[in-house]
Amino acid sequence: MADYQKMWADLGMNLEMHDILCSVLPGAIGDVFLSQKNRPEKMDYFDFVLAEVHGVRPAELVKFREEGGKVFGTFCAYVPDEVIIAAGAIATGLCAGSQFWVPGGEKYLPANTCPLIKAMLGARFDRTCPFYRLADVYIGETTCDGKKKAYEILGTDVPMYVMDLPQMKREKDVKKWAGEIRELKDMVEKETGNKVTAESLKEAIKITNAKRKALQRLFDCRKGKNIPISGTDVILALQIAYYDDPKRFTQMVNTLCDELEKRNAEGVSVFPEGTKRIMLSGTPMVIPNWKLHNLVETSGGAVVCEESCTGTRYFENLIDESGETVDEMIDKIAERYMKINCACFTPNEGRFDDIIRLCKEHQIDGVIDQNLKFCQTYDVEGYTLEQRLKEAGIPVLGIETDYTDSDAQQLKTRIEAFIEVLG
Amino acid sequence: MNYIGIDIGSTASKVCILPEDGAPEFQVMPTGWNGKITSGIIYDSLMKRLGSLDDSRIIATGYGRISVAYADKVVTEITCHGRGGYELIGRNCSIVDIGGQDTKFINVVKGRAVDFLMNDKCAAGTGKFIEVMANRLGLTIEEMFDLAKTGTVIPISSICTVFAESEVINYMGEGKTKEDLAAGVIDSVALKVATLMQRKDLMDTIIITGGLSDNEYFAHILSNKLGRAVLPTADGRYAGALGAALIAREKQ
Repeated sequence: MADYQKMWADLGMNLEMHDILCSVLPGAIGDVFLSQKNRPEKMDYFDFVLAEVHGVRPAELVKFREEGGKVFGTFCAYVPDEVIIAAGAIATGLCAGSQFWVPGGEKYLPANTCPLIKAMLGARFDRTCPFYRLADVYIGETTCDGKKKAYEILGTDVPMYVMDLPQMKREKDVKKWAGEIRELKDMVEKETGNKVTAESLKEAIKITNAKRKALQRLFDCRKGKNIPISGTDVILALQIAYYDDPKRFTQMVNTLCDELEKRNAEGVSVFPEGTKRIMLSGTPMVIPNWKLHNLVETSGGAVVCEESCTGTRYFENLIDESGETVDEMIDKIAERYMKINCACFTPNEGRFDDIIRLCKEHQIDGVIDQNLKFCQTYDVEGYTLEQRLKEAGIPVLGIETDYTDSDAQQLKTRIEAFIEVLG
Repeated sequence: MNYIGIDIGSTASKVCILPEDGAPEFQVMPTGWNGKITSGIIYDSLMKRLGSLDDSRIIATGYGRISVAYADKVVTEITCHGRGGYELIGRNCSIVDIGGQDTKFINVVKGRAVDFLMNDKCAAGTGKFIEVMANRLGLTIEEMFDLAKTGTVIPISSICTVFAESEVINYMGEGKTKEDLAAGVIDSVALKVATLMQRKDLMDTIIITGGLSDNEYFAHILSNKLGRAVLPTADGRYAGALGAALIAREKQ
């Protein structure tokens, strides 16, 4: 990584502790990514962003803020970036994906909280994630109880804005969400001093829709017999999607897709023919959580689809671009976001339909339904998912895990056995 | 040609030598703390028994399968227990294997595992739980089973081994008898195993493999919990090794 020590010091980070985190990154990149054979060349951009993950993008955000720009930190696929972009601000994801941050979070939270939430608080209060230091406002959402209550602790020293996400999907709930987006717009306008206009919002919708189309194109490349890219590489791109400049990211994904489409035409695959095609469904896998992808793809399987918030839930369904006024556009935005099938909703039949459809589209041999330990909503939903998949004749393996490596061997046995059973 | 299955479990290691014609031979030994050393001891004993391994095909399985460097192939214990259990009973069946670290449930059709389930990371409902509790009561596992037969079950409700241990210590402080506590421990394991099994569809025949496979008392308690007959198997602890040897013969 280039030298960002001064920037990190200026951001008030805990440099000593942060150095420990940075020192394990090159080894992890080597083991998980560079050890893969025949990777697409155009992964080089994503490798670069990963190698400089706490440097290159934060430096852009520092510059943006020096010029008077505002940065909004978000945690969830439900928060509409469009409104933030339309106000001339930047939306960024926030760190929550490493065991490194979990002990820090346990100082504030019960041990039986999901590792993502624990890592979120640990990264914040240990001062080892630059994005938390760069956000002018954090935008939370009432998805699960754990996050909801953790936001109360997180918000003690940076403004914490929470959107009230409905938990059902009736017409009045979609309307309610549109109301929440209107209030978000007011807050963002006040914070930035910029007005969200019909023109700027229309442009913002174009930007995010283009990003969604690029990611859909990436997933389309994984639907055929030929597998041009590993799931491990795809999950990295999805994780970076939350942090990167949307226009540049879209361009880089499209460039990668050019190469992948060429690979598909020429029959260049990163897995031997007959490798079992696995879908990972369930809880989000945020950077740097590559645990299950790595385990599956070193156990004789290929991950060809992710049904998660770092997968299809992030980009499926475009925003209808026919809205002309700000109000109309906000309604269209709300409609699109309310199509995300998160387990915090009840009922959530749409998610089962999505998974079964995606299994067909991606020619899936088996689904691994992964659950971050203590994520109650996805854990409970796992039962019904298993029933639905069984009815559809699709084998499924349920796995519960956290960010530690302590269960890697036990998981490997389960995953290898699952692949043998498919065989 | 000899077909050899080596099953390095977390507690015990099992070996099966299957000659081209003739009955399988079995060996068992403690795994100890290092699977590599155990697999070395097994290598020496195989060399002594067979003179050479040139005319052998070896499949390793179990938790320590990767430590058997001289194996031709590794296959997981799910597939091997499925194949071996099917061989022992001779028909399609559900297999429950109470291992030292994992409890496995496998549905087998024509020797092939078609569905399986394992306990999560926690040790409750595994051989480890039985071991920890026997230690706490100052008994060997065999002694604990013997005492349990004459005891009245004291319910142990904690789902975590560590908490369950405190629960048992509490009961000991209250002056409960070892017989009743032993009965409670066995009952608790059987209940957890039965609950795990009921998450899947059970086949008509249900057998036990692994360390408790020849324990008729445990089979009886588990049958009561399930409301279905669960059959003990005489050589069930070798099911994984036998399955590995059979797969070595069948998939050349």
